[in-house]
Amino acid sequence: MPGKKFDAFTLFNVLIMLAAIVVTLYPLYYMAIVSISDGNEVMRGSIGWFPKGVNFKAYQIIFADPSIVRAYANTFLYTAVGTTINLLLTALCAYPLSRKTFYGRNLFTLLIVFTMFFDGGLIPRYLVVNSIGMMNTIWAIVLPPAINVWYMVMMRTFFQSIPGELHESAYMDGAHDGKVFLRVVLPLSLPIMATMVLFYAVWHWNSFFPALIYLNDKAWYPLQIILRNIVVEGDMAQQSNALGGDLGTLVIANNIKYGVVIVAVLPILLVYPFLQKYFVKGAMVGSLKG
Amino acid sequence: MSLPVLESAVQPQKGIRRRKVMLALARNSYLYAMFALPALYFIVFHYVPMFGNLIAFEDYNVVQGFFHSDWVGLKFFREFMTDPYFWKLVRNTLLLSVYTILFSFPAPVIFALLLNELRLSLFKRFVQSVTYLPHFLSTVVVAGMLVNFLSIDGLFNQLIQFFGGQKIQFLNEAGWFRTIYVGSEIWQGTGWGTIIYLAALTAIDPQLYEAARMDGAGRLRQMWSVTLPGMAPVIIILLLLNLGHIMSVGFEKILLLYTGSTYETADVIQTYVYRRGLLDADLSYATAVSIFQSVLAFVLVVLANQVARKVSDTSLW
Repeated sequence: MPGKKFDAFTLFNVLIMLAAIVVTLYPLYYMAIVSISDGNEVMRGSIGWFPKGVNFKAYQIIFADPSIVRAYANTFLYTAVGTTINLLLTALCAYPLSRKTFYGRNLFTLLIVFTMFFDGGLIPRYLVVNSIGMMNTIWAIVLPPAINVWYMVMMRTFFQSIPGELHESAYMDGAHDGKVFLRVVLPLSLPIMATMVLFYAVWHWNSFFPALIYLNDKAWYPLQIILRNIVVEGDMAQQSNALGGDLGTLVIANNIKYGVVIVAVLPILLVYPFLQKYFVKGAMVGSLKG
Repeated sequence: MSLPVLESAVQPQKGIRRRKVMLALARNSYLYAMFALPALYFIVFHYVPMFGNLIAFEDYNVVQGFFHSDWVGLKFFREFMTDPYFWKLVRNTLLLSVYTILFSFPAPVIFALLLNELRLSLFKRFVQSVTYLPHFLSTVVVAGMLVNFLSIDGLFNQLIQFFGGQKIQFLNEAGWFRTIYVGSEIWQGTGWGTIIYLAALTAIDPQLYEAARMDGAGRLRQMWSVTLPGMAPVIIILLLLNLGHIMSVGFEKILLLYTGSTYETADVIQTYVYRRGLLDADLSYATAVSIFQSVLAFVLVVLANQVARKVSDTSLW
């Protein structure tokens, strides 16, 4: 704005914003530089702004560890399969509910929204998953969260905003609802679909509790469980084997702990800049409708 | 809907009504076919567990199963509510929630007000992008970072030592748990929380600012008298929604961060349900505890909504 003077308030405000940036980014930056610093320097606590004695030993150990690599692959699998199921079921639910001709849609919507407020609860859901025989399978991870009601309502609202004339002309051409959905509605719905993919995918990538309760078999563990075992519980048993001795383990333990966090966060950090605008748009649609 | 009236008027022609429904079903058969799978999903993963809650009223036994276990009425509810541990759990749950609302709820409001005053839009966008980021980190990552930073030779203790203080065993001292929990909530949520407020601000009429300036209002005064009232309805709605979740604090994070020595302040109803139910296999007891939580939460939302309706014009229903 022309002629705006740089007053004390602006200065104060900019300082706060700079502080916010540092407070947000420094922890991540710190994790990154510690993970590649010399273990002895880390123990001495002399890492501040720059890495010292740069080496990538921690990452060599992390990626040489079969359980971490497998967990990484599992997480990719859960995210891919889970998000696909999410998208499919959410769309199958949202589209019929968005059609005025769908007899009973108010009742169905009510019954679905009701589940947001009255949740089945941890134990009964566990018993259901258990009794269907889904324990220790990928299905226990990807099926129970198949539809997020909030996102479903967002999608339904989007479908409703597509002009009815488009449907009518498609009907005139002899298309049935399935065809209309695939040929007319879906191509117009890419923005909402992109938002959904992002939200669901991030959710799956980050999810840890379902895996904790439904999976006992180590071979199925996702990355977040391994991360918890190494970083939160401090269980380095496996990694010390990879090192071949206890002496080195202690020195490099911190590098590994920080390194796995970086490894887990990296995919999100990499896609984040590109997907940011979708996230924001999605969050706005989602929250304003509430 | 006016269906009952219609029905009584059309009583003798019930067959017609039925035929109408059948016609609607037939004409939209594709829609119903599409809806079958989602319907099945909600039945299996939401409605069946909802009725599964009935195990709180029986002495559920995996061998005998749901239909053959003995009914015990309110036994487990009574047991829970007379347990001395009961009050500690309720207290911890409420306190963690109340502190979160008290400290981490206003943070995005203030931050949005400040962001809104930034004139350089490029800088503003950069600040936003950066502060949204923690929202996308997993609970495990955040807990892991906390464990690393708060450990005995972690970043925080290095700082304390640098300034000549004594090292603190942050994660093993019950007195620190709430601070750590709420602090990390603020770190994770503030940036993301501003999105909705900033959206609400775009709806404010610029003429209001002009009028305020004419009346001699400075930047701070405009912020207080125009911007803040403009956000008020959104603030109230979000506050209500937050109050509705007052009983369900971030249970995953607590589960990751608490240790035996911090149960004193950290153990909440949901972590207790997890331990009793899934670790100790007291399924009926744990379910009763979780029902207690839902009922209390429901009462609290209704109360909060009532208060909001009295105090302001905004309410959830």
